[in-house]
Amino acid sequence: MAKRIDVEDLNAWYGSFHAVADVSMTIEPKQVTALIGPSGCGKSTFLRALNRMHEVVRGARVSGQVLLDGQDIYGEGVDAVAVRRSIGMVFQRPNPFPTMSVRDNVAAGLKLNGVRKKSELDDVVERSLTMAGLWDEVSHRLDRPGGGLSGGQQQRLCIARALAVEPEVLLMDEPCSSLDPISTLRIEDLIGELKDRYTIVIVTHNMQEAARVSETTAFFNIAGAGEPGRLIEMGPTTKIFTKPDDTRTEDYITGRFG
Amino acid sequence: MALVGPVALRRRSVSRALLGLVGAGAIGLTALLFTATPFQGVLDFVLVAYLLYVVAQTAVSYAVEGARSARNRLALTLLVSALFLALVPLAAVLIYTVQRGVQAISPGFLTHSMNGVGPLEDAGGAYHAIVGTLEQVVIASVISIPLGLLAAVYIVEYGRGRLVYWIRFFVDVMTGLPSIVAGLFIFAFWVLGLHKGFSGFAAGMALAILMIPIVVRASEEMLKLVPNDLREASYALGVPRWRTIVSVVFPAASAGLTTGIILAVARVTGETAPLLLTAFGFDAIRTNPFSGPQSGLPLFVFSQAGSAFDVAVNRAWAGALTLIAIVLVLTVLARVLTRRNVLA
Amino acid sequence: MTVAAPASERLASRSTREVRRGDRIFRGLSVGSGLAILAIIVAIAVFLVWKALPAFHTSGLRFFTQTAWFPDARPARFGVAALAFGTVLSSVVALVLVVPVAIGAALTLTELAPRRLGVFGGYVVDVLAVVPSVVYGLWGVYYLVPKLIPMQRWLDHNAGFVPLFQSRNDTFGRSVFAASAVLAIMVLPIIAAISREVFRQVPQANREAALALGATRWETIRMAVLPPSRSGVVGAVMLGFGRALGETIAVALVLAASFNVNFHVFEPGGNTIAANIATKFGESGVTGREALIASGLVLFVITLGVNMAARGVVYRSTRIAEGKV
Repeated sequence: MAKRIDVEDLNAWYGSFHAVADVSMTIEPKQVTALIGPSGCGKSTFLRALNRMHEVVRGARVSGQVLLDGQDIYGEGVDAVAVRRSIGMVFQRPNPFPTMSVRDNVAAGLKLNGVRKKSELDDVVERSLTMAGLWDEVSHRLDRPGGGLSGGQQQRLCIARALAVEPEVLLMDEPCSSLDPISTLRIEDLIGELKDRYTIVIVTHNMQEAARVSETTAFFNIAGAGEPGRLIEMGPTTKIFTKPDDTRTEDYITGRFG
Repeated sequence: MALVGPVALRRRSVSRALLGLVGAGAIGLTALLFTATPFQGVLDFVLVAYLLYVVAQTAVSYAVEGARSARNRLALTLLVSALFLALVPLAAVLIYTVQRGVQAISPGFLTHSMNGVGPLEDAGGAYHAIVGTLEQVVIASVISIPLGLLAAVYIVEYGRGRLVYWIRFFVDVMTGLPSIVAGLFIFAFWVLGLHKGFSGFAAGMALAILMIPIVVRASEEMLKLVPNDLREASYALGVPRWRTIVSVVFPAASAGLTTGIILAVARVTGETAPLLLTAFGFDAIRTNPFSGPQSGLPLFVFSQAGSAFDVAVNRAWAGALTLIAIVLVLTVLARVLTRRNVLA
Repeated sequence: MTVAAPASERLASRSTREVRRGDRIFRGLSVGSGLAILAIIVAIAVFLVWKALPAFHTSGLRFFTQTAWFPDARPARFGVAALAFGTVLSSVVALVLVVPVAIGAALTLTELAPRRLGVFGGYVVDVLAVVPSVVYGLWGVYYLVPKLIPMQRWLDHNAGFVPLFQSRNDTFGRSVFAASAVLAIMVLPIIAAISREVFRQVPQANREAALALGATRWETIRMAVLPPSRSGVVGAVMLGFGRALGETIAVALVLAASFNVNFHVFEPGGNTIAANIATKFGESGVTGREALIASGLVLFVITLGVNMAARGVVYRSTRIAEGKV
């Protein structure tokens, strides 16, 4: 189920602004890979390029290869819709569909794919919410609007929604940055549980978080304003946080800038 | 257990070339249809070819890419078509009016009135109407700009509680007021109630009623855009509130305020219905707006358009061209000023 | 330039009373302007009712059932029934024609078009909104009406069993349908502009949520854009409806006025309250004008109701969009 991602020479632009330059890396399956770095270093842009969400922004484009188990998601004849369907995403701010109920939010992706039978949908809704650790809290109010939940619950609802379509990879863009510490802890625990089944890539601002949840860490940086973000160093999380090879990484993790 | 299972990333899709082929096929088939059946006309041709194309494109997409993509393609095609359909009448109105207007307009049109012009005579012009419109719009502006601006100041700077709610609510009501009702009101109040008779001034008042809500709304938006820091900086210097509004807030919002006011002027310049009941219309030049009926450019167009004679209809087109030219110049002017607006 | 006195001295010398007076005057002026707006609306209602009373007195309750319009005849016979019917009918037909186009155009501008085209669309809407109604009317009579005839005839011949498409005398032209087509073009900018604003209010996060689930662009629109926009768009349509109900000059030019109540929208004829005021005002006597004022009062009440309902809906929807409800 979980797949491996090989990125080769990835560049990303917004219009004429070069946001990410020459990134190559391998993301292992059934692991959590954390992307860290200062604001504007291109880590979120890089993440969005991994499931072709980058090109949703007007004027945005990408060059290079992203191989999902050997198949280039930017290759000829590859359908961006199918890519996003197999590589799920959770965003910085929880974004449940505001007019839909909790149940409909989770079932939304399945309905798109033609699953209509109520019993099947109900099964998946329960399974996904259980996986996201939300079932006990919302099982009695599945028909209430998703927007009525607390911030942390909304974020877990969004995770359940992403899991419901059974993706192979889960991308998370600072999923805890808008949450309180207790909700953050719950989501971090959840990530630990999910990595047995998925390839997880998480962007985070919070170095402790990266240290807590990830096996591998990649550090991004920019040389200056207007310059593109680059991958500086990637390796086992323990190594990156204890004795990184690059002085810039060391400066960042010891809090000298960022 | 997986309901949807892993998906293939690569999918068969309809290429540009195939779409082109479908398009060519639709046009060809339509051409064939037009030679074989009594269909005719450019409009019909475009319509039939378009329908054929949409149907064929959806069918091809359904066969190659599946139902979801076919639905997507169909929906997006219809959405884009809606935008084009919306642009067609605009182009048609402007092009046709300019064509007919240019044919009909003559140098004398802008310098002569309709005084003593016979029904079949190819003479006369809109000079008296242009003078009337100018005076009426100036009167409307003199009444509505200070009133509207000050009301907006109250809403943004002073207003609190119920009164602001009611003023905003009534401005909304006024925005939706049909222009003919504004005319009827001035007729009932000024002409019938106060026995003042028809006049350019009455028309100016009716136009002012239509202009006030536009001015209030535009000014309100602009004043709200002025950052509070500016006001506080001024208070901190000990400048009284009213001075702050006049010499700090107004200048900061001035480009936006001017844009809003110009657009409001453009909107009321074209109003016909209220003039009918207040200025009433007059064939000769009347420069005094305070006594006796007066003409106005929109009113001139309306009355000439209602005639059965070609010479009058031509004058209507010439008048329409003049009117469009005036309001378009004002709109473009407003747009240019918007670009200078530092707040927007 | 004078040398500034020490601060303490200035505080003392510059009488705070003077400052207060300036503030009081300015505040008074702005409150007065606000109150003037209230007064104008009240005056509109009062004067219309007052000057319409004689007409109501003459016709009694039949004012609401009578279709004919002979207020200056002896005895006077007039009523607003056919006019009110024609007003609502022509506006409803206009909405049927324009709503899909306006919403489609707005969606294309916000969801599909490149940003530059979106800006251009804004210009176009501005221009459409500022073209005077008399120009639309003139264009309608001389350009649009003849263009619509073949289509109406075709529908009559092939679908004439539906009363809506049937013309009983096989003539077409200056019909309610033609007037509705012109009205549709005139209210298009309002509905499109407000809908566009409503769609723009939908947070990008909503769209991304749908796209990230593997939704196509159309599915994204249906899932993420339309549901939260529904009441705002309904409000936009109702504001357009209010505008169409009150439109005068274009309808007066296009319609071949007649006072009947039927659904044969392709037949020349039909009339609306506003157009009737414009065409009859010049030739009316005292009673005639009072009757026109009475009909105008009815129009005022109808549009007031529609607009208030529309504002309510839009207000509620923006509150929802801002997360206040």
